[in-house]
Formats: sequence, structure tokens, C-alpha cells
Amino acid sequence: MKKEMTYIDQVHSFGRKWNIFVMIMLLAYPIATGIIFKTGPDWHGFALGLVATAPMYWAVGIVETITYVPMLGAGGSYLSFVTGNISNLKLPVALNALEQADVKASSEEGEVISTISIAVSSIVTTIIIIIGVLLIRPLTPVLNSPALTPAFAQMVPALFGALAVVFVSKNIKIAIAPMILMLILFIAVPALNAGTVGIMVPVGVLFTLGVSRLMYKKGML
Amino acid sequence: MEFGINSPVLFVLAGIIVAVVLAQSVFFLLKAWKRAKELGMSTDKLKRIARTAAIFTIAPAIAIVISVITLSKDLGLPLPWLRLSVVGNLSYETVAATNAESAMGLTFGKVAGLSATQYVTIAGVMTLSILVGIWLVPLIGKKLLTGVINLEKRDKKWAEIFQNSMFIGMISAFIGFVFCDVAGAFKGDYTGLIPVCIFFISAIVMVVCGLLLKKTGKRWIMDYALPISLIIGMAAAIPITAWLS
Repeated sequence: MKKEMTYIDQVHSFGRKWNIFVMIMLLAYPIATGIIFKTGPDWHGFALGLVATAPMYWAVGIVETITYVPMLGAGGSYLSFVTGNISNLKLPVALNALEQADVKASSEEGEVISTISIAVSSIVTTIIIIIGVLLIRPLTPVLNSPALTPAFAQMVPALFGALAVVFVSKNIKIAIAPMILMLILFIAVPALNAGTVGIMVPVGVLFTLGVSRLMYKKGML
Repeated sequence: MEFGINSPVLFVLAGIIVAVVLAQSVFFLLKAWKRAKELGMSTDKLKRIARTAAIFTIAPAIAIVISVITLSKDLGLPLPWLRLSVVGNLSYETVAATNAESAMGLTFGKVAGLSATQYVTIAGVMTLSILVGIWLVPLIGKKLLTGVINLEKRDKKWAEIFQNSMFIGMISAFIGFVFCDVAGAFKGDYTGLIPVCIFFISAIVMVVCGLLLKKTGKRWIMDYALPISLIIGMAAAIPITAWLS
């Protein structure tokens, strides 16, 4: 008799199919454009552009997958790696939802809560972008106005200020060492900035795990 | 058919893909909602979580619309719409578009009238360079998550510390980023203090929300604490930027 699939097994099964399907659709965009307008890429430019871009982002993509999947859960991962904006939107949404529901990320309750919050966030984002595209003419002067620009430029500090209060206050012993390390690194190394913060997330995660393990073994946690 | 970066057929192509991604989100939402009910979670609780997620998303989503506007100057609307609805983010898309354009002798932000060949080249580079997560999650996602579950079975306390450490590690990196330009203040450039001020304002608002929650016991404060902190922090950036710039 065929064993019935658990909820998590179903999520993985459907998630795999959806992600591969979306990947094929994404690849189809440049191909279909080329077919419709009867042209191919400029192969020289394509190769140069790809060599300049892909190796770094492929490496980042591998590290991000390993880092974020355990935090996002199964459903949240399949969705987040399709819809993007993980560290500045999907993960904070999921963390806040887990906190709000008072469930552990690794439990099945945590899995469904994370998925629901990320799915809702993805739907709202997609709809707002569609509205933005439809209303681009009247919206452009408003959103690019000198009055509003500073507000959107400071979204990440505003987001992480609030998140830090919630999570650092609950894990103060774990948080001290990585916060000091990251402050020193970001202040002392000029190359670390908005463009490279994504690369530093796995570094921060690995360092925190190492320090926590050490403290745990010594009975300090 | 004559090519244009805002050709209607490109809107149709991008629209189909965005619709598929929207359908995936709805599919997972319904599936998780049904499972949550089976696990005994109340509809009221789930609605509160969905409402908070939706409200919290508004400001970051508007920031993404601004990114679409920024990229649309060179690439038209359909491609940035697609790229920022699926997988992408502004910093990656800008780097990818800049590299692809400069490989063909163009300068990002100063491109007028791309040819179809140039457009296909740029779209190809932007798409291929970012795809890793989409295929890697199906490949290793289950193994990674099974590892976390096994960890929990072996040592429950360590598993909890492990999960919290991952969250703290990520948040620490962003805290470091907030402070990355503070050294400029010693040379008379105070703009690096702007994100630091916003960080602390948002943190203080969150603390105040926490205190209000304790004092009044009103649940809505907890539901909206993060969106409220985010919006007040962002709003404070307007006068603070004017002051410190």
C-alpha cells in the first residue's frame, strides 16, 4: 500500500514542481522575446555580462540557500526563493509572524505560520507592484519626490531597529559577540556596505552558531 | 513586429509569469491555511497573522515599486516589473543590468532606445545570474530541513539555540550595516549617522509598543508593533536626513 504523504512531504513535492516550472517560465522570457522580435543575444556581450555577474551571484545564491532555508521553513523557502527580497521582507515577515503566533520555527505550527505570512506578503507585494506599474505616470513624481526619498532610503535601518529589540532582548547572551564583531567589521572595512551586507549574513550566522555552540558546551546558555 | 522596451507583447509575457508566481503564492497560502486549521489554530489567529503580514509588507513593497521606476529608465517597464516580482532585488538587478550593458559598450542610466538584440542579451544575463536559489531549494531544501528536524530530535535545547543563533546572526549583520558609515562623522560628514538615528528611533518605538502592550494588554498593539515602528522610523528619516545632510 502506498504510504500517505505528510503535509511537509506534500510541500516539498509541490514546491519542487512549482519552482522548476517558474524557472522554465523565467528562462522563456528572453527566449520568447528573441523569437518574437527575430533576434538572438549579442553573444559576446552576453558572455562578458554573464562572466562579470554570474559567478558572484551563483556563490551568493548557494550560501543564501543554505543559510535561509532553515530559517524560512519548507513552504516559506520555496516561495521566498521565487519571489525574492528575502532578507529585507520575507524573513522579517516570517520572524514577526512566528513571534506573534508564539510558535517555534522548527515546529509544524511554525512551518504553516511562516508559509502563510510569506505567501500573504508575496501576494501583497505582487499586487502593489502591479498597481505601481499601472499607475507609473502619476506615481513617479510622488515616489521620487525629494520629500519621500529619505524615508524609503532608510527602510532597512527602520526595519532592523524594531526586529533587533524583539530578538536581541530575548537572546542577549547569544547576541553580544556577533553584534560586536559585525560593528567592528562594518565600521573598519570600507568595502562592507549596502551592496555587501547580503554576503555578511552567512558570516554572521556561522559566527553566531560557533559562539553559541561553545557557550552551550560550557553550560553558559 | 517592431521592437520597443515597452512593447505590449513584453507586458503580456511578463504578466503571464507574474500570474504564475501569484498562483504559486495563493496555492501555498491555501495549503498552509488548511493545515493550520487541522492543527487546531483558530481562524481569528490566522487572520490576525495574515493581516499583520499584509500591512507590514506595504512600505517595503512601495520601495520595490521605486526600484521598478529606477530600472525602467533604461529597460522599460516589463523587464523590471518581472525581475522585481520574481527573485530579484534592486541591488542585484542594477549590478546585473550594469554589467550586461557595459559588456555591450553602454552606460547604465544613460541608455536611450535599446535594440531587440541588446534587450535579449540584458534579459538573459539578468535571468541566468540569479536563478540559483530557485533550483537549489528543490534540490537540497528537504535535506537541510530534515537535518534541522533530526537536530531537534537529538538535542531539543541546542536545536532551539541553533535556530535563534541563525536569526541573531542575520540581524547582527544588518546592525553592522546600519553603522557602516559612522566613521565619516569624525571628518565632518554626518550622513552616516542618519541610519543609526533611524535604527534607534524604530527600536525605541518598538520598546514603547512592548511597554504599552504590557500595561494595557491590548492584542492589536502586538499585531501592529512592527509596522508601526517601521513607518515611524521611515517618517523620522525625512527631518533627520534634512538635519544631518
